[in-house]
Amino acid sequence: MALSITPGEKYGFFTDTSICIGCKACEVACKEWNGLQADNSVFLADSFDNTGQLDSEHWRHVKFIEQVPDAATSIGNGQAWLMMSDVCKHCTHASCMQVCPTGAIIRTEFDTVFIQQDVCNGCRNCISACPYSVIGFSSSTGTARKCTLCYDRLQNNLMPACAKACPTQSIQFGKLDDMHAVAAKRLDAVKAGGAPNAQLYGADDLVYGGLNAFFLLMDKPETYALPNAANSVLPARNNLFGYLGTLLTAAVAVIAGLVALRRRTEPSPRPVPETEPVASAPAAVEPAAVEPAPETPTPGRRRGRRRGRKG
Amino acid sequence: MLLAEHFARPPAWGAWILLYFFFAGLAGGAYVIATIVRLRGGRSSPIAHTGYLLAFLCVLVCPIFLTVDLGQPLRFWHMMVDTTPGGLGLNLNTATPMSLGVWALLIFGFFSLVSFLAELNAGWSRPARTLLGGSLGTAFAVIGSLFALFVAGYTGVLLSVSNQPVWSDTPALGGLFLASGMSGAAAAIGLLAGRAERPGDTDMEGLDRADAYFAALEVVLLVVFFVTIAIAGTLGTALRMPWTLLWLVAIASLAFPLRGLGGRDARIQAGSGAVAGARTLRASAALTAAVVLIGVLALRAAVIFSAQ
Repeated sequence: MALSITPGEKYGFFTDTSICIGCKACEVACKEWNGLQADNSVFLADSFDNTGQLDSEHWRHVKFIEQVPDAATSIGNGQAWLMMSDVCKHCTHASCMQVCPTGAIIRTEFDTVFIQQDVCNGCRNCISACPYSVIGFSSSTGTARKCTLCYDRLQNNLMPACAKACPTQSIQFGKLDDMHAVAAKRLDAVKAGGAPNAQLYGADDLVYGGLNAFFLLMDKPETYALPNAANSVLPARNNLFGYLGTLLTAAVAVIAGLVALRRRTEPSPRPVPETEPVASAPAAVEPAAVEPAPETPTPGRRRGRRRGRKG
Repeated sequence: MLLAEHFARPPAWGAWILLYFFFAGLAGGAYVIATIVRLRGGRSSPIAHTGYLLAFLCVLVCPIFLTVDLGQPLRFWHMMVDTTPGGLGLNLNTATPMSLGVWALLIFGFFSLVSFLAELNAGWSRPARTLLGGSLGTAFAVIGSLFALFVAGYTGVLLSVSNQPVWSDTPALGGLFLASGMSGAAAAIGLLAGRAERPGDTDMEGLDRADAYFAALEVVLLVVFFVTIAIAGTLGTALRMPWTLLWLVAIASLAFPLRGLGGRDARIQAGSGAVAGARTLRASAALTAAVVLIGVLALRAAVIFSAQ
């Protein structure tokens, strides 16, 4: 049956990590569809991971988290070797979008977050803002890049390449409401199967207002290097105190400057030693050293002079 | 409030951004100091003259550094014009200091240009000179100083408005960069205007004192910075090697302007031991200026690089 993807509806991914087998078919499909550069595989000494991270050329990345316990674990617990196909979360409250100065990062008609490549000028402000380390700078395009949630495929009623390629249906794509219902049902089943720590991440609005790419995790978010709900804060939170601190400093600095730079036209009260070379060497007095012509005294200057005497 | 555990990737802001932060601080600081001197009646003081000239020359190079740093330098104007299809308006995103900073830099550039030309008396008709030399000119400089203060300080806020560990863990960076920029500008003006200095020159004494006050303010803000990032648990990140060395340079450099709290004569005695003279004054001012400017650069480098 042909997929019908309607503009104006919210779409997203539900990634069920409990059935991810780490095959990386999603990574390959993503690279192939989006024309991302292949890279020389390197040994990272990090489990089965050989791409390392999400960045400008890796828009899907399978994380392998080995935490083999010392003691035997119960059957079906499934916490010894965690796998998770990570991707841009397409946050409802997107940090990257909040700080983009060019307006290159937009929300599409499918409620996904998209970087317009012809608008982005490569300032990289979004990279320092994304709390998921999703966005990377591409030296080949000179722009910031990340998962588009296959925007071009959605416009043509095609599901995203990664979801299409996933052999275990760990990655599911659909209307967000439908995905939430599927996820809730799946969570119940996984918990009933003996995984008490299983939880949904980003299905509710506690994490960045809700994620259009949300997850069923087998452990707490921090285990997967994901900020928890308490840490889901936007960059703009620091505007208020940052500017207040600057304003306060500016006020103090200006007052300090006004105090320090008050004019005192009389000579320094401390006498100049007789060995003063300037006094005996006229050549040392350069033309520029000639004191500026005295100005017409103003009330302000007179006040300054009086203060100078007091000091 | 500021505590957050994030997994943000460094934006790889490097030497160009460091240079921009440095010159933006100097430009803003120099303009403000020149205006303060003007407000204090020193319209024709070498300090005001040098301050306005220095401010413009520093602000002139700022857009170059910013543009070169972009991945797509020819799209620098996308910062100001919305090129999204159907947009075609002006870009102003108040949530990010980067957007506000671009506009502030543009406006400050105008103010510093006018003040620069006024100092050079270039291309001005007599009425224009009279206008800019009077109270209208002072008002102009005061308004320009507001933008100067913003340009000198917003770069710190820009770093804080992120999810980057260290940067986003403290509200002190804006103030710290502002105080440091003022101190650096005072030192640079002292160095450049110092040619005209003679022993007992009260203007230059005032500049030394101002530099000392700015440095003292910087010390206070450094304490706030380190305390806030320690609370956030990122002090270790900021103090990693080799960045510790930069912090030490930045902190040690503050000792020079702080001596100004004891007065210029005390500084000369400390520097030369016995002989006070024009040459000693100049040597002392040059040394102080060089050390302070190195400190201003080291501070920004330490903040930018240690967090990345």
